[in-house]
Amino acid sequence: MSETMMTTAAVATPATTHHEEHGHHQESFISKYIFSMDHKTIGKQFLITGIVWAIVGGLFSVLFRLQLGYPDKTFPILETFFGQWAKGGQIQPEFYYGLVTMHGTVLVFFVLTAGLSGTFANILIPLQIGARDMASPFMNMLSYWFFFLASVVMMSSIFVNTGPASGGWTMYPPLSALKQAGDGQKIGTDLWLISMALFIVSSLLGGLNYIATILNMRTKGMSMTRMPLTIWAVFFTAILGVLSFPVLLSGAILLLFDRNLGTSFYLSDIVINGEVLPNEGGSAILYQHLFWFLGHPEVYIILLPAMGMVSEILSVNSRKPIFGYMAMLGSLFAIAILAFLVWAHHMFVTGLNPFLGSVFVLLTLLIAVPSAIKVFNWLTTLWRGNIRFTPAALFAIGFVSLFISGGLTGIFLGNSTIDIHLHDTMFVVAHFHIVMGVASFFGMFAGVYHWFPKMFGRYLNNTMAYIHFWVTMIGAYLIYWPMHYQGLAGVPRRYLDKSGWVNFNNFRDLDQMITIVTIVVFAAQLLFVFNFFYSIYKGRKVRSQNPWGANTLEWTTPINPGHGNWEGDIPEVHRWPYDYAKDGREFIPQTEPVGANESKH
Amino acid sequence: MQTFFILAILVLVFVIILQISKASEYVSQIKGYENARKQSNRINGFMLLGFLIFGLIGVYLCNEWLKDRILGEPASDHGELVDRMLYVTLAVTSIVFVCTQVALFWFAYKYQESDNRKAYYYPHNNRLELIWTVIPAIVLSVLVGFGIFYWFKITGPAPKDAMVVEVVGKQFGWEFRYPGADGMLGKKYFKKVDAVNGNPAGQLWEDPANHDDVFVEQEMHLVVGKPVQLVIGAKDVIHDVGLVHFRMKMDAVPGTPTTMWFTPKFTTKEMKEKTGNKDFVYELSCDQMCGKGHWSMRGTIVVETQEEFDAWIASKKPQYLVANPDKDPAAKKDSASAALPMATAVAKN
Repeated sequence: MSETMMTTAAVATPATTHHEEHGHHQESFISKYIFSMDHKTIGKQFLITGIVWAIVGGLFSVLFRLQLGYPDKTFPILETFFGQWAKGGQIQPEFYYGLVTMHGTVLVFFVLTAGLSGTFANILIPLQIGARDMASPFMNMLSYWFFFLASVVMMSSIFVNTGPASGGWTMYPPLSALKQAGDGQKIGTDLWLISMALFIVSSLLGGLNYIATILNMRTKGMSMTRMPLTIWAVFFTAILGVLSFPVLLSGAILLLFDRNLGTSFYLSDIVINGEVLPNEGGSAILYQHLFWFLGHPEVYIILLPAMGMVSEILSVNSRKPIFGYMAMLGSLFAIAILAFLVWAHHMFVTGLNPFLGSVFVLLTLLIAVPSAIKVFNWLTTLWRGNIRFTPAALFAIGFVSLFISGGLTGIFLGNSTIDIHLHDTMFVVAHFHIVMGVASFFGMFAGVYHWFPKMFGRYLNNTMAYIHFWVTMIGAYLIYWPMHYQGLAGVPRRYLDKSGWVNFNNFRDLDQMITIVTIVVFAAQLLFVFNFFYSIYKGRKVRSQNPWGANTLEWTTPINPGHGNWEGDIPEVHRWPYDYAKDGREFIPQTEPVGANESKH
Repeated sequence: MQTFFILAILVLVFVIILQISKASEYVSQIKGYENARKQSNRINGFMLLGFLIFGLIGVYLCNEWLKDRILGEPASDHGELVDRMLYVTLAVTSIVFVCTQVALFWFAYKYQESDNRKAYYYPHNNRLELIWTVIPAIVLSVLVGFGIFYWFKITGPAPKDAMVVEVVGKQFGWEFRYPGADGMLGKKYFKKVDAVNGNPAGQLWEDPANHDDVFVEQEMHLVVGKPVQLVIGAKDVIHDVGLVHFRMKMDAVPGTPTTMWFTPKFTTKEMKEKTGNKDFVYELSCDQMCGKGHWSMRGTIVVETQEEFDAWIASKKPQYLVANPDKDPAAKKDSASAALPMATAVAKN
């Protein structure tokens, strides 16, 4: 708390010489927009970089969906753009796998981790807990620039002669460890590993900062249990990241050693293209343990911030407190703990000891309990509310629907008996795209629509927003719902042409339908991107300090807050953030002292 | 040309949407933002209800459309367990799915903003929360219990009388080794792999168990009703032995042998009749990303009667004799025609 006061004193004292010394009002273009240390600007940098990556990753999926839907058609335009990768207008297998790998990597790490946590943790933590900025604005800036560096390296790997990494986003060795195994396993994979290492540095710098800020820099009266659920969610997210990303780093570094220094961490008994390799004694499965020790918490790193924002947005727009705040918090905590104890459910069929497998079945299905609590609490939050369907609220409702659908299919996959059949089929693709891909995107969109007025002082265009929501919502179900049937039929994932198979070749019409819907949904996302950039400059201006009638602290700042967020003193907090519809009042901001006659909750 | 048309239409739709969006912004400016907001609130409320109704109809239609394309009856004893578990889970999750989705969209529609309603201050209810913690926990325990019970049955030790087949994946194909009359697979070492000189599996010829091992590629033969244990390995990268009809799957990992076992229930011939597809064949798919040919890494399996199997295996020359023609008794008699009666004699033993 004392640090809070210090920051307050250092930054906030208005119009004194002291203030001038800190120079917050005399920033050059570079210090204000590029190497900025303002958490809001850094958040926007993460968001815009994330949007760029999302377009790239989404475009990749359109390209490989073309191949999946029309494996025997040629698209000469592809050859114009991609040359040898699309010889004769057909996507070549190496290119296909490069696209799939990059799509996964980019969306999981660059968009839904950096773009989602990076954006909203940065923008919301200081604003919602009442701080001038992050604990270390400099580390925060470094976090973005390491992410940028990782982006540059990853992007450059797409342009090397032998193509980007193509071993799948999980990058399992020995495939990813052997340069002889294919073109994508050459320099592309080294660049992938270097990029991931830089990304992990970025993630750690960011995460440590979020934790430090939340623990130390809350304003007066902001006890931990008075924090909005968004903050709790990004807090747990940061902890997950700090504890699990280093494990991936070690996995990646060992892989780099195996690739370039002749070590045998993951390699043993290998004969490739008739060449006998000397490596003995390594374990290919070791990498999978290291990878999924991050990889599974990663799913929740992606999902938790979306859950937090959805909780906040549903509450604000139902004009009703979030139902069961403590249960929501407890379930976030339970999910964060269990996230570390379920990684081997990705490895049921790797030859894992069956007894160990059964332990992971139990722990995996346990996660369904806190998840169910969250769903029921969201439903009860809507119940007897007075719901405003702002675009953010619609995306939040869509999130809940998708989370239910995708969560339930997780009960199939988490059960090792069923997983034997469904493992690595299109069922898995449908499951994780709904629950962690699209659902988290919905959380992110909800966040953008809800906090855009705070970020830019303008509103997004509503008509475009509604079209964006409905096309995406309907499209997401059209794409992924029927895909489960392909999985039930056993169609393996990452098959770019099934015409050579007797038993997998009966889904041509479905594949075409999915491809067409994918293109439409992608176009709807471009509409959002247009809306986003258009509205930054031309959107309707925000005239009210608190446009949504929300209780949280960010709406007590000026419409366009400067560096330091509040012009005067940081407001003091007197209550939890969910006093909506209490005692006949529509909402009671956190800054309002508790009245003498106020009812208790 | 077609591509350009589609692109042109997309661009056109885009421009139209932008214009409508701008226009509606002006309209709401004229009508007043509050009125415009209330109107769009009603529209979206109806759309949410419509999404629920058409969505549930869509779920039904989708099932009608695709249900015949998922695999029919499982073709192995383990497959029956997998399918039973799957359908139990499907039943449980379907109930939860319908209830929660109906509640979600119905609440959203019913409690949409209205001037006549005040939101109800309802921050928590410990009893309710306890109920919906305990009930999912119980249901999940049941699913976990069944799942683990079946899982141990499937992954338990293979029966003693099971036949053994070695399956090895490589970029991009499958190799199989049968133990021959002694029922034992001979030792192998990866540094001995030498496909050019007739030793693609890296067998150690000094091990006598190797002398009758039969090596084949791409097509595996199994006996109907007889348990089979697959000993699985890989030469280069991780592959996965995926057997959709038997509902079995196991990774093939270089350096770490894995196993699985099951009992095929139907011969290929019977499956042709069951599926009504005269081209039916059991397929072995690689289910673990293994490089640019992953999608085409296909093997086939013939399930046949014991007699047919015996005749087939007898027609194959042990790899030892292929690699060491000087040791081949048939070749020594310098009569190729002698090979056939010899082999049948072995099979009868």
